[in-house]
Amino acid sequence: MTPNPAESVPKIRLRGVRKRFGSNVVLDGIDLDVATGESLVVIGGSGSGKSVLLKCILGLLRPDSGSIEIDGEETVGLSGRARDRVNAHIGMLFQGAALFDSLPVWENVAFGLIQGRRAGRAEARARALACLKQVGLRPSVAELYPAELSGGMQKRVGLARAIAAQPDIVFFDEPTTGLDPIMADVINDLIVATTRDLGATALSITHDMASATKIGDRIAMLYKGRLIWVGGAQEVFDSGNAHVDQFVRGRAEGPITDEADAG
Amino acid sequence: MNFLAIVGRVFLAFVLQVGRFAMFTGRAVSHIVRPPFYPRLIARQMVEIGYYSLPVVGLTTLFSGMVLALQSHTGFARFSAEGAVATVVVISLTRELGPVLAGLMVAGRIGAAMAAEIGTMRVTEQIDALSTLSTNPFKYLVAPRLIAGITMLPLLVLVGDIIGVFGGYLIGTTKLDFNPATYIARTVEFLETIDVVSGLVKAAVFGFVIALMGCYHGYHSRGGAQGVGAATTNAVVSASILILILNYVITELFFAQ
Repeated sequence: MTPNPAESVPKIRLRGVRKRFGSNVVLDGIDLDVATGESLVVIGGSGSGKSVLLKCILGLLRPDSGSIEIDGEETVGLSGRARDRVNAHIGMLFQGAALFDSLPVWENVAFGLIQGRRAGRAEARARALACLKQVGLRPSVAELYPAELSGGMQKRVGLARAIAAQPDIVFFDEPTTGLDPIMADVINDLIVATTRDLGATALSITHDMASATKIGDRIAMLYKGRLIWVGGAQEVFDSGNAHVDQFVRGRAEGPITDEADAG
Repeated sequence: MNFLAIVGRVFLAFVLQVGRFAMFTGRAVSHIVRPPFYPRLIARQMVEIGYYSLPVVGLTTLFSGMVLALQSHTGFARFSAEGAVATVVVISLTRELGPVLAGLMVAGRIGAAMAAEIGTMRVTEQIDALSTLSTNPFKYLVAPRLIAGITMLPLLVLVGDIIGVFGGYLIGTTKLDFNPATYIARTVEFLETIDVVSGLVKAAVFGFVIALMGCYHGYHSRGGAQGVGAATTNAVVSASILILILNYVITELFFAQ
């Protein structure tokens, strides 16, 4: 059987991505492929460069060198409308949800539709309410402001905003940080359900292993600016890599020291 | 570290800042004139800058007009030129005190608020969120504030001028025994169009500077609450200093012989 060429092109493809801030090398030659429909989780300690990696892919930071392709299109150096066209297919859940304080919840969720896609307010509002329902929030929440919500509710609204424009790719930046274990599990379930419903490719960064194994098909570990291990989510506790082993079991003793937390 | 290395590092940091500021200004100005526009956001900023600053600017110019009338009367009485009080009040207010005082008051009120709001948006990743939602932060956050600053400051100054002249009139007619009709006649008799226009041009420039400084320092704030605090202070101080420097430059351009 002849392989479909579209299937052989990874959704996200990174080659030799490097980024440094002054003398501090944060990403030191990252090679990574994320297949269409796959959920990949990047794990690593605080300051290991996970957020920088995500921001480079999103175009919020420009790598010093290397290539980042989305759907086979080179995105490094894209700006203006070309960047907006790429980002229109991407949804993002930020670590602190990053909701707009000045807008009510429904306008936060519908923001990408109203501003980015020029949808009518009534249509965007209906879509926002549907997304809020999808993440388990009542319609009455739509009129509240972000400051009136709990941390877990803010994450749900952030998730609703990330999926509102029905993106092909969704990024999750530390989706469970700051949540209690039950709420963290609820958010993990929502992430799995919403990305499955969308059929989207997901790239998450986290240091929460419960979250990583629940939402990821594959897991990659970032250490000192390099991906030191990539494998299936179920193999991570039996990786044979001393660094990965120390991280996933949360041990103070091992090859990873505080010195590594320089990113 | 040797002395030359320190000098070099400071100089390079200065050049970096100047370059960054020039690029920010260029991008900001380019987004003022290019669509899409956000009329709702522009209107909101206009209300914030124009309407809500009116009490502060009105009070400032009212008392400035009053004190000008008193001071010029006591000064001019020394050489029997009390009749010039009304003219001095209106020219001082329209050319200098109206735009400068309104500019400084608005810099304290609006420049600080802009820096704090945009700075908070920066440190809580709301600005990054805008970019990921295909919305240019310059267009959405900076351009509406610049447009509102440029258009609202002249209107504020115009109203402030009138209130200030009224302050002078109040003192002139109630304390200094001027005939009301004579005071008003003296006010308009020697007033020229350029006196008012130069003040309004200054106001537009100051409005631009206040909004630009608020946005620039907010946009580049770093490091949580402390960074936002520093951005707020820097926005007010830099806008105030630039207002005083540009006031001289514009006066020189309009009135130097």
